[in-house]
Amino acid sequence: MANHYYNSEDLGKFGNIGEFQKPLADKFFDYYGEVFKTGALTEKEKSLIALAVAHAVQCPYCIDAYSADAYEKGYSKQQMMEAVHVAAAIKGGAVLVHGVQMMNKVNEIAM
Amino acid sequence: MIKSLKVLNHNLANADNQLAVLQNELNGQPFFSNKIATFGYTGLQATGIEVFQVNVGKMCNQVCKHCHVDAGPDRKEMMTLETMQLCLVAIQNPTIKTVDLTGGAPELNPNFRWFVQEIKKLGKHVIVRCNLTIILANKKFNDLPEFFKLYEVEVVSSLPSFTPDRTNSQRGDGVFEDSITALKMLNAVGYGVENSGLILNLVYNPAGAFLPPSQAALQAEYKTELFKNYGISFNNLFAITNMPISRYLDYLLVSGNYLKYMDKLIAAFNPSAIDNVMCRNTISISWDGFLYDCDFNQMLDLKVKPTASQHLSEFNIQLLNTRNIVLKQHCYGCTAGAGSSCGGAVAG
Repeated sequence: MANHYYNSEDLGKFGNIGEFQKPLADKFFDYYGEVFKTGALTEKEKSLIALAVAHAVQCPYCIDAYSADAYEKGYSKQQMMEAVHVAAAIKGGAVLVHGVQMMNKVNEIAM
Repeated sequence: MIKSLKVLNHNLANADNQLAVLQNELNGQPFFSNKIATFGYTGLQATGIEVFQVNVGKMCNQVCKHCHVDAGPDRKEMMTLETMQLCLVAIQNPTIKTVDLTGGAPELNPNFRWFVQEIKKLGKHVIVRCNLTIILANKKFNDLPEFFKLYEVEVVSSLPSFTPDRTNSQRGDGVFEDSITALKMLNAVGYGVENSGLILNLVYNPAGAFLPPSQAALQAEYKTELFKNYGISFNNLFAITNMPISRYLDYLLVSGNYLKYMDKLIAAFNPSAIDNVMCRNTISISWDGFLYDCDFNQMLDLKVKPTASQHLSEFNIQLLNTRNIVLKQHCYGCTAGAGSSCGGAVAG
């Protein structure tokens, strides 16, 4: 096997985390399953949110899984890219809004 | 326009070559018959024949990229009047309730309308798998909605998306726009309209190497979007899984998705779908009168097992009623997720 930190086959082994700690894994996967069921939001809407979050947290497994899932559930390529831009805007905004903190600090110490 | 695999003399136009891909042990995937055996099924037996599905010809005005029939304008296979007459004899059996007409575009068979009229005289329910665009393909087909209405035919039509991009990428440029026009014509005579008694069902199948999402959620979305954007209504949406045969198999192989797609089908295997697969109460008839367990087995040239009843000329319903179904790897397509049939999902 090639020496990579990330292997795409590992996504299919996600459930194996229970081999080292089953009660917590069971609780997590039960919760995960419940979260993605239709509630006030549909399964389809939740899939697009997951896609955007997957990009924000830069998880390659999640990007793989929710790119397929969102497309399978019927989102267009354009809609999916717009969701990624939403993630990018929030990430970029999160950096830039800290610029105010930087300005506060600089103004505090500058003559 | 894309040519059929047959006219291209493509390797996969030959059913044996398709089976060689599907049944390759080197793929390391469990054989379908072994898989169902782990759930206590020693094979799969028919429960009778309620649905008599007739493929009246492979000619079609469309060339869809996923077509398991390899249909198109260049296909000349067409059921003759004599073979239709043999069908009419066979369907007189009272257990047969429904005659499901498919193709190609079944309306292109010159004896299509006569056949429908004769089937109705026998009191059978008729389903036509209409590709919609045929209604606009020629003036002589423009009155098909009225014809269907006159004979209370149930219309089942493919529309893989309520948006143009996916529909046209799978079924050809302009197919979405013509399909919308045809659906409006069907609605105009009462098809898909509440309390009209005229049934218009749509079929979703994935435009790519993936499985269908929830049929119920998709149906709700189709109803909302088609009505909001085009004023179109319909009865039910059937979500159908693409079978890894013919042109779709070619797509999977060329795009490098074949093994991954089979893995998906196998991972999504749902044992509760086994009892309800369509082959158990269906018989499929080819344009030249041979008998198969389903339309997919027909395209793989896997005739029914009772050798004494493999053609309409020797149709023996007693032998066929309890026949053992011919199972190959494509059968995973009917048991994945919520299951799949010509009537959509089969399991909850």
